[in-house]
Amino acid sequence: MANSIQVRSSVKKGVATIKCLISHPMETGMRKDKKGNLIPAKFIQNLACEHAGNVVLDAELNGSVSTNPYIKFKFSGAKNGDTIKVSWVDNKGDKDSVEVEIPTKRRK
Amino acid sequence: MDHKRRILLKSTLAASATTMAISAGLLTPKAVLAAWNTTAFNAKDVDTALTSAYGSTDTTDSDKIKLKAPDVAENGASVTITVDSTLDKTEAISILVKNNAQPLTASFKLGANTEGFITTNIKMGKSSDVIAVVKANGKLYSTKQQVKVTIGGCGG
Repeated sequence: MANSIQVRSSVKKGVATIKCLISHPMETGMRKDKKGNLIPAKFIQNLACEHAGNVVLDAELNGSVSTNPYIKFKFSGAKNGDTIKVSWVDNKGDKDSVEVEIPTKRRK
Repeated sequence: MDHKRRILLKSTLAASATTMAISAGLLTPKAVLAAWNTTAFNAKDVDTALTSAYGSTDTTDSDKIKLKAPDVAENGASVTITVDSTLDKTEAISILVKNNAQPLTASFKLGANTEGFITTNIKMGKSSDVIAVVKANGKLYSTKQQVKVTIGGCGG
């Protein structure tokens, strides 16, 4: 399950903007397949983002968050080159995490 | 004699590496990821969800929360919602969809340096009010917006 998380980050005047895009089916458990059988639930329940040892975002998600969840948020006190760690766990116990540096130049 | 010394050195190094990994938080994901509030997320209505998540349904309408959502969403499978709170000491943001089978869609606990700003994509089964609940300075505030959905994103 490696590399399920894509992170884009930038810093402007000490405020970091983090965009996370995660590849995940996010099945609610309420959908049925073509034969009418319920597709078992599989969705991310917890998502956390850490910066310098502090948890800046601790999210609890339900199955009603879109397939391949996208989350954007901001926090202050960051600078270029800082490391950010993003991790998630789903209801089946699968998990993934990634560590990225905030790039010095904004990506295009 | 020299051989034994090698072994001792190796085992000491391995042990210290493990200790470092634990202290750096690499091996303790449970400490970071808090438990999932099953009652709140499985709740079938907004009030039950709010009571389990925040212990109260007493929310004050506030114009300091901006909820950006489309008036009409063509595809309910992915509706972009932005919540922007300028309230002091915003601690947590929750997004609820009134007419979804399970209204509570996502709860975000914010760190001390995190701004009251979240964008995310959600699923909507049918047209509904989208409610943003913000906990700031120990109080609950909310704002809502109607979103019309052309094609539902839930159910088969």
